[in-house]
Amino acid sequence: MMISLHYEVDGQDFALAGEASSNVKKVLKQLGVKPDIIRRVAIAMYEGEMNMVIHANGGIADVEITPSKIVIIMQDTGPGIEDIELAMKEGYSTAPDAIREMGFGAGMGLPNIKKYTDQLQIISEVGKGTRLEMTIFVK
Amino acid sequence: MKVERIKEILDAEILAGKEHLDIEITSACGSDLMSDVLAFVKDQALLLTGLVNSQVIRTAEMMDIRAIVFVRGKVPDKELIDLANQKEMVLLTTKHPMYIACGLLYSSGLTCGGEG
Ligand SMILES: Nc1ncnc2c1ncn2[C@@H]1O[C@H](COP(=O)(O)OP(=O)(O)OP(=O)(O)O)[C@@H](O)[C@H]1O
Ligand SMILES: [Mg+2]
Repeated sequence: MMISLHYEVDGQDFALAGEASSNVKKVLKQLGVKPDIIRRVAIAMYEGEMNMVIHANGGIADVEITPSKIVIIMQDTGPGIEDIELAMKEGYSTAPDAIREMGFGAGMGLPNIKKYTDQLQIISEVGKGTRLEMTIFVK
Repeated sequence: MKVERIKEILDAEILAGKEHLDIEITSACGSDLMSDVLAFVKDQALLLTGLVNSQVIRTAEMMDIRAIVFVRGKVPDKELIDLANQKEMVLLTTKHPMYIACGLLYSSGLTCGGEG
């Protein structure tokens, strides 16, 4: 069994951001996936979704659900990340003040994604975009 | 501690979810940084925040947080309240600032708020 979900994440609408993650959460609940696994998937994907909205003007998300693992692939054609190692550091953020006033820009999103996933691969090219592949195993 | 009791301690007003006041709360997290909240995983948690944009509800949703207190008399707009109702969350607003609100809850026995 494999379920594939596809989402286009709008980069213009801050209020709507998180819809895709919310939908994935609902699907996993319906499938009877364990609550702690659902929470890890939801948080990691939501951080990725917010990053695409805040830093890359939106993008696309694909989620593959199988009995053994959940894979989330998030791709954007935004500005890219120059130094991934630096971006992974807690507290590092390039978010503007307007975003900070909304409660984001703590520089905790990528570290959170790392913390809640079993595997994380980031590929990014400046001027081209960023691709995140997150895997969470269902034990 | 039930949400009902939290409402009393904080002298708070209910903005949404008055039918869910019997939700049991065992830990709390006070923050205006959503990614800080997203790093905090506890069951049956309460969120206290001074932010009133819709991402507060989204963040709570991802965390399975079902009760939110807006501090310093903040009141969100109707859109946010509708979203919270949809997600069956309780929203409270208190006049107390963050520090006092957290202190009042802590000294009333809601002491779980750290890692681990
Ligand atoms: N999809 C992306 N496109 C371009 N840059 C990104 C992307 N995702 C992250 N970044 C860069 O990496 C930095 C760190 O990201 P991270 O998610 O850890 O923090 P943040 O988004 O700035 O703040 P927070 O997640 O705490 O709200 C960002 O400030 C940004 O410079
Ligand atoms: Mg982020």
